Amino acid sequence: MLKKRNFIIVVVAVAFCWAMISPAQAETELTMYYPVAVGGPLTKIVDGMVADFMKENRDIKVKAIYAGNYNDARIKALAALRSGKPAQLSVMFSIDIYEMIEQDAIIAFDDVAETPEEKAWLDSFYPTLMENGRTAGKTWGIPFQRSTIVMYYNKEAFKAAGLDPEKPPETWDQLIAMGKKLTKADGSQWGVMIPSTGYPYWMFGALTMQNDQVLMNDAGNETYFDSPAVIEALQFWRDLGSKHKSMPEGTIEWGTLRKNFLEGKTAIMWHSTGNLTIVKSKAKFDFGVAMLPAKKRRGTPTGGGNFYIFKQTSAQDRKAAMQLIKFMTSPERSAEWSMKTGYMGISQAAYETPKLKQYVKDFPYAAVARDQLEYATAELSTYQTGRVRKALDDAIQAALTGAKTPEVALREAQALSERLLKPYR
Amino acid sequence: MSRNFMRHVYGWLLLTPAVVLLISFTHYPTVATIIDSLFSKGTAIRPSRFVGLANYEMMIEDPIFWKVLINNAWFAVGTIPTSIILAIIMALLVNRSLPGRSLVRMAYFTPTILPMIAVANIWLFFYSPDIGLIDQVAGFFGIGGHNWLGDPATVLPSIIIMTIWKEAGFFMIFYLAALQNIPPELEEAARLEGSTRWYYFRRVLFPLLMPTTLFVMINAVLNSFKLVDHLFVLTKGGPDNASNLLLFYIFESAFSYFDTNYAATLTVVLLGLLAVMALMQFYFLDKRVHYR
Repeated sequence: MLKKRNFIIVVVAVAFCWAMISPAQAETELTMYYPVAVGGPLTKIVDGMVADFMKENRDIKVKAIYAGNYNDARIKALAALRSGKPAQLSVMFSIDIYEMIEQDAIIAFDDVAETPEEKAWLDSFYPTLMENGRTAGKTWGIPFQRSTIVMYYNKEAFKAAGLDPEKPPETWDQLIAMGKKLTKADGSQWGVMIPSTGYPYWMFGALTMQNDQVLMNDAGNETYFDSPAVIEALQFWRDLGSKHKSMPEGTIEWGTLRKNFLEGKTAIMWHSTGNLTIVKSKAKFDFGVAMLPAKKRRGTPTGGGNFYIFKQTSAQDRKAAMQLIKFMTSPERSAEWSMKTGYMGISQAAYETPKLKQYVKDFPYAAVARDQLEYATAELSTYQTGRVRKALDDAIQAALTGAKTPEVALREAQALSERLLKPYR
Repeated sequence: MSRNFMRHVYGWLLLTPAVVLLISFTHYPTVATIIDSLFSKGTAIRPSRFVGLANYEMMIEDPIFWKVLINNAWFAVGTIPTSIILAIIMALLVNRSLPGRSLVRMAYFTPTILPMIAVANIWLFFYSPDIGLIDQVAGFFGIGGHNWLGDPATVLPSIIIMTIWKEAGFFMIFYLAALQNIPPELEEAARLEGSTRWYYFRRVLFPLLMPTTLFVMINAVLNSFKLVDHLFVLTKGGPDNASNLLLFYIFESAFSYFDTNYAATLTVVLLGLLAVMALMQFYFLDKRVHYR
């Protein structure tokens, strides 16, 4: 009896001591969602970087959860938020910013950064990449897996068609002319493919920028879908297929385009730089990467994912999250990420690291996305962004499939977007 | 008195598990959906408020809603009769003794076992222009490639064919089970009477299969409204909503636009449609079904 009581006392005492000690040992636990939009073993790379972070910061534990594509990641993050068990930070689509602000889900980095050094860190990235992460005078997103659209082309197909493989098309007219030469009459090879499922508005953002017209204003409450330059851009896209016959008519699938290119079914494809490393390892032919061609100027939207910190977090968690984000976006890590995936380095400093410098020297195409930043603009992002984007996507697909003329389709899209955005002005 | 009371308690206790489950997972969500459909979209800045039937007005003016409804009707018309007819034919085929019967049965049933997402991924490459299986076979016969999923005219039929391929095997299993339960004497008697095979099928076999047909039909109708997994992989409802279906549009409204209230409004329509169809089947078809 006495023995048993002693035993209980010991157990209680141990439990009590444990309870006293453990807060002192408590480590910060972070949950982070991240998406992968292009194929390839990207999850392993992210997990590896997170593991490295934990090695350096023993007091912070990070649970990095792969959450599907950008859409899935946003859904999961918001669902977790509503369930009251939110993650502390997440990589999400850079264009989710307005939705996140409207849902009061995220906190501005300016409110987390304390020291002048941290505030300076906010300005250490390429300014173009910050366009989608800043609004209302504050920084809400830190660039991570960022891309632009680049033109991949098959040098052997160029040679076979009697074109100089070192001179990819630089203007729309050249794209038309070369596209025609590269298209084989028997349908075994197309000249060019611009994907029009998945993210049609993104590709279209490049075409309109090349025609010197942006799609929306900085405040995210106005769109310019029916401006003449935008209509002209859509007409050009449609003409590549219907008039110049150098692109298949109808829509072109985002998901299978890379395979089309790798199998030589198209000589040119427009795609995310995020595909660069995998194309490099899988292409059985000599290929080139170039900036997108110009009409009035060169142009591409930026794309990809930013880091966000959620609002429902303790001060301690925010600090830890910031530390993690700083680590993941540091020049060395950014350089490593860029080499392994093809996504661009996000700061000048990343391209100045010896490793990436050497890599770019050996493989100059790795720098195309960076060089193109000079001409880049923000990706389509507005309030009510899902609906506005869908309106534009539908208009693009309606025009490409010939269901409506570009003008009619875009006017309808603009009318819808006008109605959606009016309350935000 | 008290004994009677205890019997009531006993009875209700027995019912409780079912009642709790039904209410929490069927009735409460239904009622909550209907209530949600009467409120506006809420955000942190503009909280949700009661708007009456405004969501329904918006829906009636929404061209995409009508488009997905019509698509869904075509999808149902395209998939249900064909997959049922195919299922009967396949069941009759494998019900006879033929070499490698279990192998053939398995072959018919395989598409059913595969998850819809996997099936869609396979068919995505069947349908891919130029590199896809269909175009490669067509190319072998000298027919040029076609952009099956990129052309509004062919995208819905393409998806219908894939769904039939997926569903017919599943329905075949039910028909096969039903056929095995039909006594062979009936066929022998019919043959003695000199009836043709077709006559036997039309007048004996098919009526006896009616209970199965009713069951399969209800399933097929439900599936035509609730199977949208493949859209995520194949088309995302595109091009220009040419392959968009009601449930996928509900998903888009809820999770792409975060307009859960509009999604609730669409869900109410879906619920209504399904309820009406289930009732119609039970009241009209039931009279033509001979249960033994």
